[in-house]
Amino acid sequence: MKRVATPMTTKTHKSGEFVRSGSVPDASPADGAGEPPEDRLGVFAGVSPLERLEIDLLLEAVFRHTGNDFRGYAFSSLRRRLKKRLEGEGLRTFSGLQDLVLHDDAAMGRLLRDMSVSVTGMFRDPSFFLAFRTKVVPILRTYPFFRIWHAGCSTGEEVYATAILLEEEGLLDRARLYATDMSADAIERAKSGIFPIARMREYTANYLHAGGQRSFSEYYTAHYDAALFDPRLRRNVLFAQHNLATDTSFSEFNVVLCRNVLIYFSKPLKERVLGLFEESLAALGLLCLGRRESLRFTSAEHAYEEFDAKERIYRRRR
Amino acid sequence: MNKPKLVVVGTSAGGLRALERILGHIPSAFPLPIVAVQHRSKESTDAYPAVVGATTRLLVQEAEDGEPLLPGRVYVGPPDYHVLVEPGRIVLSTDDPVNFSRPSIDVLFESAADAYGAGLVAVLLTGANADGARGLKRVKEAGGIAIVQDPHTAESPEMPAAGIAGAPVDMILPLGAIADEIVRRSAL
Repeated sequence: MKRVATPMTTKTHKSGEFVRSGSVPDASPADGAGEPPEDRLGVFAGVSPLERLEIDLLLEAVFRHTGNDFRGYAFSSLRRRLKKRLEGEGLRTFSGLQDLVLHDDAAMGRLLRDMSVSVTGMFRDPSFFLAFRTKVVPILRTYPFFRIWHAGCSTGEEVYATAILLEEEGLLDRARLYATDMSADAIERAKSGIFPIARMREYTANYLHAGGQRSFSEYYTAHYDAALFDPRLRRNVLFAQHNLATDTSFSEFNVVLCRNVLIYFSKPLKERVLGLFEESLAALGLLCLGRRESLRFTSAEHAYEEFDAKERIYRRRR
Repeated sequence: MNKPKLVVVGTSAGGLRALERILGHIPSAFPLPIVAVQHRSKESTDAYPAVVGATTRLLVQEAEDGEPLLPGRVYVGPPDYHVLVEPGRIVLSTDDPVNFSRPSIDVLFESAADAYGAGLVAVLLTGANADGARGLKRVKEAGGIAIVQDPHTAESPEMPAAGIAGAPVDMILPLGAIADEIVRRSAL
């Protein structure tokens, strides 16, 4: 364990901005970043060594210039996102993209946004939230006070979903929700509680399938193409910037939700983050992963027992 | 000639019958992993792998993130996730749909071409849109083998036709001959 106890990154940034070189020092590189690329990424027979070099250099440049560390990301989805940005900028090589982003802040902002903001939604996988309501809530009810960490919350939809669920169960006032993401931009949007109205029909259906007890429209007011969520839902939510690849644990939690975030990480980084969760979970605390994620292929497997195998809810052993 | 190490299959409308037909003709001792993606709705049933698996001796399972690729296994894409391949394992993503699809065949084919290069066999079957065409092109650029179902024999010809139009494919075959060709190439 070579983790340094640094406070959670709570600096806020204007939308689209990024952490500058000056604030990098407390960021330690992701585990595995020091290994040779071959071990870290495996041999990709269809990618030329030159392109691999260019991608490695680009990621290194982005890290050293902005503190955003993508070096431990799964190469397949990382390359896909980078390729999309390359095409978006009308460029041919990753060296060209590196040149652009180092000298053009707006282009760097676009790259970081493409790399870090993930697609999310409210009550995605309704059966998970139903299981949360019927199996996790009874446990939470036994605590006078509890903490939940939404790790990698992106634009916050699942945080609001959880807040709604806890409100309906009469538990929101006993809860503290910590919602963190590496992207300052995403955190700002999460704080605003404003989501596209176009998705409310889908969310309403999900909400009902997830055991919702009221009319979903009670929770927001429509304003042109935006749905403004009731600010009271976030009365016990703390939004903050935190990077799973470089920052440390910052509290003890009863539940950690990290759904469809680890899929973007390579195995060493995945292991690092799972270590972070292990440190952060109270005894018998619950770890919730995405529907097709599991601890099966990781070293964290033995630290947990399956609490709900189908919904990928794990309980930390004592 | 490069020995194949992985087979990827993409299909959409009419794909279940096509998949059953192909997988039903592959022996249980097949030496390669197979990753198959069919466009499915988000609400698609959990029984899908069992349905696909009912007519084949190969073990069919829904792909999970980080899962190692084992010979003789068929990994089908879960609904609402993209399936990507890295050397020896599966990686999932929830990035935006591609060609209005998640899983997208292009995403699977392109990532498999990156990971396996000339060691890849890609098979594009019946479907009513053009997903997979871009992926097949990438497979050929990386030196892999591209096999496409003869559009005349496909329940929906658009997808195989788009694949053929977009890339110098190696073989255009009726459904019945595709399994034999995969088995033959796996034994090379």
